[in-house]
Amino acid sequence: MALPKQAVFPLSQHIGAPAVPCVAKGDMVKVGTKIADAGGFVSAAIFSSVSGKVAKIDSVIDASGYRKPAIFIDVVGDEWEESIDRSEELVTKCDLKPEEIVSKIKDAGVVGMGGACFPTHVKLTPPPGSKAECVIINAVECEPYLTADHSLMLEKPEQILMGVSLLMKAVNVTVGYIAIENNKPDAIALMTEKAKNFPGIQIVPLKVKYPQGGEKQLIDAVIGRQVPAPPAIPIAVGAVVQNVGTAYAVYEAVIKNKPLFERIVTVTGKSLANPSNFLTRMGTPMSQLIEAAGGMPEDTGKIIGGGPMMGKALLNAEVPICKGSSGVLLMSEKESLRGEEQNCMRCAKCVAACPMGLEPYLLAKLGEYADWERAEKEDIMTCIECGCCTFTCPSNRPLLDWVRLCKNTVGGIIRERNAKK
Amino acid sequence: MNKLTLSLSPHVHSGDSVSKNMRWVIIAMLPAMLWSFYTFGLGAVIVTVVSVASCVFFEWAINKYILKNDKCTVCDLSAVVTGILLAFNLPSNLPLYIIIIGALFAIGVVKMTFGGLGCNLFNPALAARVFLLISFPVKMTVFPEVGQMTAYADAVTAATPMANLVQSNLWDLFLGNVGGSLGEVSALCLLIGLVILLVSRTITWHIPVSILVTVFALTGLLHIAYPVEVATPWHHLCGGGLMLGAIFMATDYVTSPMTPKGQLIYGFCIGFLTVAIRVFGAYPEGMSFAILIMNAFVPLINNACKPKRFAKEVKK
Repeated sequence: MALPKQAVFPLSQHIGAPAVPCVAKGDMVKVGTKIADAGGFVSAAIFSSVSGKVAKIDSVIDASGYRKPAIFIDVVGDEWEESIDRSEELVTKCDLKPEEIVSKIKDAGVVGMGGACFPTHVKLTPPPGSKAECVIINAVECEPYLTADHSLMLEKPEQILMGVSLLMKAVNVTVGYIAIENNKPDAIALMTEKAKNFPGIQIVPLKVKYPQGGEKQLIDAVIGRQVPAPPAIPIAVGAVVQNVGTAYAVYEAVIKNKPLFERIVTVTGKSLANPSNFLTRMGTPMSQLIEAAGGMPEDTGKIIGGGPMMGKALLNAEVPICKGSSGVLLMSEKESLRGEEQNCMRCAKCVAACPMGLEPYLLAKLGEYADWERAEKEDIMTCIECGCCTFTCPSNRPLLDWVRLCKNTVGGIIRERNAKK
Repeated sequence: MNKLTLSLSPHVHSGDSVSKNMRWVIIAMLPAMLWSFYTFGLGAVIVTVVSVASCVFFEWAINKYILKNDKCTVCDLSAVVTGILLAFNLPSNLPLYIIIIGALFAIGVVKMTFGGLGCNLFNPALAARVFLLISFPVKMTVFPEVGQMTAYADAVTAATPMANLVQSNLWDLFLGNVGGSLGEVSALCLLIGLVILLVSRTITWHIPVSILVTVFALTGLLHIAYPVEVATPWHHLCGGGLMLGAIFMATDYVTSPMTPKGQLIYGFCIGFLTVAIRVFGAYPEGMSFAILIMNAFVPLINNACKPKRFAKEVKK
């Protein structure tokens, strides 16, 4: 992907406290210069993906639909920081200690690239009392339409495997799994072939099943352990899960001293002329990617950041590519229409579809009737918002809309209750 | 710049609809319906057409004039399904006014009063059949002989197999060469319907199989103990309204449990009650009562039989 004219970097591209700018208007930056420091323990630094001049520190509408503070940089040339090793040579030896690996990952601003953007160095620092037993790499890419992870595996298999080895070393485990769904046989074959040179890493082909990419579902599929309800996290069953793109970013950060400032983005849609995967510098507006993929189709009715099941509908096409932007999906006006809502006919298809064993028809009804107490008893907080229920409902009921509303309210009630204690 | 839609995820839908499911149920009922036209002739056609038309009319009229809804729910085809199922429960010589009253009860009282599709506690067609049975006991228990193609109200009647199940011919029962309600006679046609429902994924196997297996097992035991008084389990499976009830009535989405475990318990209890009423009770046929009784228990079953929550028992 060509460089943008102006790159926009929202300060909140990760879970946790927003980053704090460390540049000011007028400063000159190079590719890889740090432009914002982590804002707390659970936070991450942001690095410029372009060289040029800081135009302003203002706000932009990001993927959430809200205006958030961001750093705007006018692009001049393509000058990189000297510390970055730009050679293509594969390096498979690393003598760093685990803490040093984690430290380099932190200094490179690496966050989870599957979409959630959890700061990786925090995930690699298990809370006291918990112990990692294995690393599971999420190369499942279960969202329809998205192929960024697939293309990354086909192009950089050995770098990914080295990244996985580094992750394994960072949490002191000897067992690593890379889970890939069966609809990517070429990636499975290639990774299995290359994994022979990397001890301890096993490629695990999985049945194609949404939402197997959800970390709880993935851990269950790979090692047969189920992570209990929140506040439990995967480390409770000894698993450290990372997206395959994150593993690659770890390789670049630790071996090539390259901070996180670019990623592969899938631009797709039924009416798009040339759906493609682009290696994109962060900060590039999505409109530029859409142009490169053949231009915005006439009948576009919805722009989705992410996949069709869990992605967010965007306010406009000027939203900048961030660390978690896995895809841009364009839907026609016709595809964007929802069916007419009818009565629940108690067919129980939503119950059969729910991967967490919940009863979506009931949770949605409780949300409608504001029965927060009962909703909490019915385990609404374990909902992963995968959308399977709404997808299958023959009555076109907006189940997940109601569940989200109810879940957010119940979450607030729980937080208040815990604060009072 | 186009106007963009900003709805929440998911942004795709399976394309499934209420009417698609109802369409499959109607297709699954066609073999039994066509067989009823063949064996009972004109009477069957009249009863079916009047039943469906009345059910559709009452749903439309109640929606428009009593509830004053803008939306018309007739297009979801659930009233058509109720109409056909009601007809399946009636004799082919039933007077028009009784059919219409039955339709009014099914749609008006059992379905619309409770809130329409999805809100009824009892199966509308079945509750209407029982209502008609109690209100018009003679007309509802006199069934025409097989083979009268042009007769309707003036058809010659004969006893049905359930009056003396032990003596009836099993092959006739299976094929449907016997008298009875329109939809219940041919076990073969109903089983074809079951296959259609299963293959189209409209229903799962749990309810029909649990009912049929329970009835088979219990009547099997009773037949061994009382071979003269109690017919063989095969006779019980093919005779009366068992197949119709197990395949089309008990599997109604609205009035059946929401989890496989709940459905198995529901099916077992229906089978048990049916056998109890058939063998020890005053009525020759117990299916309708068994299902209606269990319909009442479904909310409790749903509360007791919840799906297994993820990580409830932590696997290690």
